[in-house]
Amino acid sequence: MSLLQIENVSKHFGSLIAVNDISMTVEPGELRAIIGPNGAGKTTFFNLITGFFSPTSGRILFDGHDISGLLPARRVWLGMARTFQVTEVFPELSVRENLRIPVEVASGLRLRPWLSAPDDVKIRDRVAELLDMGGLTDKAGRQVGELSHGDQRATEIMMALALNPRLLLLDEPTAGMGDQETYDITQLIRRLHKEAKLTIVLIEHDMRVVFHLADRIMVLDQGKFLAEGTPPEIAANQAVQTAYLGQAA
Amino acid sequence: MDKLNLRSGDIIVWLLLLSAPFWLPLMGGYIELGSEVVVFALAAMALNFLLGYTGVLSFGHAAYFGLGAYGTAMTMKYLVESTPLAILIGTAVGAVAAAIIGPLIVRLRGVYFAMCTIAFGQVFYFIAFQWRDVTGGDDGLSAWHRMPIDFGFAQLDILNSNKAFYYLTLAVFALAVGFMAFLLRSPFGRTLLAIRENERRARFLGIPVDRHIWLSWVISCTMVSLAGALYALLNDFVDPRALRWDQSGTFVIMTVLGGMRSFWGPLVGAAIFIVLRDYISSHTENWQSFVGLIFVLVVLFFPRGVLGIIRRKAAS
Repeated sequence: MSLLQIENVSKHFGSLIAVNDISMTVEPGELRAIIGPNGAGKTTFFNLITGFFSPTSGRILFDGHDISGLLPARRVWLGMARTFQVTEVFPELSVRENLRIPVEVASGLRLRPWLSAPDDVKIRDRVAELLDMGGLTDKAGRQVGELSHGDQRATEIMMALALNPRLLLLDEPTAGMGDQETYDITQLIRRLHKEAKLTIVLIEHDMRVVFHLADRIMVLDQGKFLAEGTPPEIAANQAVQTAYLGQAA
Repeated sequence: MDKLNLRSGDIIVWLLLLSAPFWLPLMGGYIELGSEVVVFALAAMALNFLLGYTGVLSFGHAAYFGLGAYGTAMTMKYLVESTPLAILIGTAVGAVAAAIIGPLIVRLRGVYFAMCTIAFGQVFYFIAFQWRDVTGGDDGLSAWHRMPIDFGFAQLDILNSNKAFYYLTLAVFALAVGFMAFLLRSPFGRTLLAIRENERRARFLGIPVDRHIWLSWVISCTMVSLAGALYALLNDFVDPRALRWDQSGTFVIMTVLGGMRSFWGPLVGAAIFIVLRDYISSHTENWQSFVGLIFVLVVLFFPRGVLGIIRRKAAS
């Protein structure tokens, strides 16, 4: 069964149709990229999946359940985690605390007024593991707000990962980054996909990143579906080249 | 961020509070002044649980302070002359009111939340003001007094000994403040910090934000009701001003003055406020102008409050 199945969703903001009748199916273990020129409706589409907005029409199925009307927190409980285009972290807390909070939420401890010693150890271990995976161990005690953009982004991705998601949604993970940072984040995402076998949907502007990572690519243009296929198919697609790649090349 | 473990700062605070009845008179103060500082410190620290640690501004905490005070006074006057029971009932009245009002307002944010807390607060103020037969109206509720507490093996004569009452107040304060510090170190407490830091991120980490704000609100209001209960006992009297919105403003001023990002900030703010009021009001009726001026100066030059300055000095 598909992990994520989106059936004919649309989103209207007054007379503006931001997302127009789009369907998409993501299989378990897949890495799907969504691309398109500015204003293509990529982020709005993302926000419909994660529950930031609810769709004007259409259905969203996650693991077979209709989640179209669920609040964001409930979608997280079902196994969906996301990052944002503009990094959203807890700036005045340390990296360790930033990771500890989602680990505790994922362990079902969010309402606990105390922690037993074994729970505490389990949580510390998991946080240490995430710090290590994100290359953040030596910065664990620093306030996230003081870190470089790349490290903040890595923290945000590890926060999403701390939730043990079955589907990870990344909104422009390399936005505003230099070459080295872009490379590091790309490698991180690649590891999550190849080694942890995580299902990932990402929006990305950097075509090198997209063609390097994606199993399949969906192209949107002005809120509408334009094309879908493997990276070579998309690279060869005439309509895509005209609408998008043509102006970039 | 705050480490809420017992550190030198905490030890100094507790030593000062424990020894206050001995050094206060030497400094020209008196024990009731110390009790008042402790009561208002509890109220301000309760407010700060919501303001400083959850990031939600209430401008209506006086409602629950006043409910605690009236609940206590009315229990003593009409029901049973037992100090512990009166404190419990008074606090419960405020807690229940907060729990009921909470769901109506927790979806609101920022100034809309603050305005609605004021509006609900004023409802209680007018009830206390108008319902003369029960509340005494504008004249307040008098002709009752606190009763000595009987432990069976010993008696704490809080009626005749101001020192005994101070230590009762301090004991209740310690329990309440310890409870809040304990919660802030827990997973639940960290979800509140998460909401303060970045509500959107918190929501998308699977924290049901409105529900957690409701919990924080109820805890904060319960603690402020407890302060209100002690306030009624301190004065053996309560009047509608304890419920009015300017009383809520006083809590906010104390909190911001002392520093809302530090655990003890509101205590420092309450101490400065109460002592200044006591001192300046013995010289001029316009004490509020002076306190206001000091508040403005602190906010302009030390936005992190008085304790924020001391901390920065200590760090550098």
